[in-house]
Amino acid sequence: MRRPPLTVLIALIFLAFVIAIAIVGNVFSPYAHTDQNLLARLKPPSFLGGDPRYLLGTDRLGRDMVARLVFGLRMSVMVAIMGTVLGALFGIMLGFVAAHFRGWVEETIMAVVDFQASLPFILIALTLLAFFGNSLTLFIILMGLHGWENYARLTRGVVLSAISQPYAQAVRALGASPLRLYSRHILPNVASALIVQLTLNFPQIVLLETALSFLGLGIQPPSTSLGQILGDGRDYLSNAWWIAVWPGTIIFLTTLSMSIVGDALRDYLDPTLKRQRT
Amino acid sequence: MLRFWLVKLLRATVTLWLVVTSVFIVLRTSGDPVQSLLPPDATIEEIEQFREAWGLDRPLTEQYAKYVVNMATGDFGKSYRDGRQVTTIIAERVPWTLFLGLTAYAVAVLLGVPLGILAAIRRNTFVDRLIMSFAVFGFALPNFFFGILLILLFSLNLRMLPSSGTGTWMHVIMPAATLGLTTAGALARFTRSAMLDVLGKVYIRAAAAKGVSFAGRILRHALPNAAIPVVTVMGLNLGALLGGAIVVETVFAWPGVGRLLVSSVSSRDLAVVQALVLMIAATMVVANLTVDLLYGVLDPRIRVASKD
Repeated sequence: MRRPPLTVLIALIFLAFVIAIAIVGNVFSPYAHTDQNLLARLKPPSFLGGDPRYLLGTDRLGRDMVARLVFGLRMSVMVAIMGTVLGALFGIMLGFVAAHFRGWVEETIMAVVDFQASLPFILIALTLLAFFGNSLTLFIILMGLHGWENYARLTRGVVLSAISQPYAQAVRALGASPLRLYSRHILPNVASALIVQLTLNFPQIVLLETALSFLGLGIQPPSTSLGQILGDGRDYLSNAWWIAVWPGTIIFLTTLSMSIVGDALRDYLDPTLKRQRT
Repeated sequence: MLRFWLVKLLRATVTLWLVVTSVFIVLRTSGDPVQSLLPPDATIEEIEQFREAWGLDRPLTEQYAKYVVNMATGDFGKSYRDGRQVTTIIAERVPWTLFLGLTAYAVAVLLGVPLGILAAIRRNTFVDRLIMSFAVFGFALPNFFFGILLILLFSLNLRMLPSSGTGTWMHVIMPAATLGLTTAGALARFTRSAMLDVLGKVYIRAAAAKGVSFAGRILRHALPNAAIPVVTVMGLNLGALLGGAIVVETVFAWPGVGRLLVSSVSSRDLAVVQALVLMIAATMVVANLTVDLLYGVLDPRIRVASKD
């Protein structure tokens, strides 16, 4: 195996760091993300002459930015991971179903796929949020709905081409059930393409979550996410820029790292995709 | 040719019908339309009138038919916040979004396409890498954060540009830059790969051999052929641009359709949300259709293939 380029290494290290912070980051701050200190409102980061107790400053209610960022990061990462897994499972399953039954089942699934692909997803998300009202469950389902169509399309395509391959026919001739054929024989063969799709989908879900939370339509207080902190900070740009800049920077670096790693993974796992997708 | 257009037209109609149907289903599964679409202090007469107008006392199939007709004729009802006709409210906002969107689109195309061509010509050089890094940044940098950084720099620090609202031509600069630059990155990336595909073709070498100048080869031979995938992506990017406008208009307090949608979702002004969703979806469908039809004009092969 070739040594990965420096940018990919840095991106990987950064992602590992982000995940570690999301898991155990609360040890760095003695405060909870909701602890208020009204005597220390809008304090700049301690290294810029702020209160020495607050490394990255405080927000409008004197809440510690470190504590809020750690909690927000954890929430954003958790929602994005759940959304990604949900979307992948849903899409892969429907892709298999479409390829297995063909006929009108396939036509219907693919029509829905085309339909969703033809609209900006944020529009669908906003509609569902408007009609059904906001809840964490609906929000996570929404994250799962974003991008499932890519998995479905991919899985269906790969299964259709794999099914005529000698190995698949051999397994079928040996009397394996379709379920066994798909899960034990075809799935491992399409895994790399699906993993690539996963890494492309993940940053998009992070961006969707942060955008919706930024607009005040996603994660609701007292809970928080990176996007929500950023949205909060928008009203305090003139006197407390750090409230918006820290979460924004973390979102940016995380999605950037994910894209870099995803691109590298794509080239590594599936060189044939390299030309088509650029 | 006619068949090609008819098939595309049919598909666009089906998509639109799917959108209307999904909104109908969502409207019905989420609760009583009377409660969703009328203000809580509506009088009995108003409720009765509403039930009549939307056929709520009829069987579901008839309600559905009525709904489709209402939507198709542009009868979206009244806003629950200020009681005005939804169409009037939206009509006020559309020009602002068009203005912002077209400016942003111009930024994206005028920046993205030349940069992509440049990157392709200077393949694997420093220039190429610089442009492509810019494209990756554009993809990863959330537009709401980019907008905020622009406000911090140009409004609060340098005090050069207004941070929000409208009024002068200066107000459009930052929102359009935010929307346009993030799209320009994706466009540059696509233009580059489309150009690279074409530049490797034999006819480019043939053109070089018969003495066509470098600029002539790029502009007359390569670019028209690379235009096909680029036009598709421009069409697809319209969706991203509209999606982006929803966020960017909110960041810059721009009085467009996107901000109206966000505020209507927050206050659950569902009559407005419903109309906006259908309108944006219709715009997208028409844009995709236009791209498909343009395709046929740009690439005669597609027309021919569709005849078989």
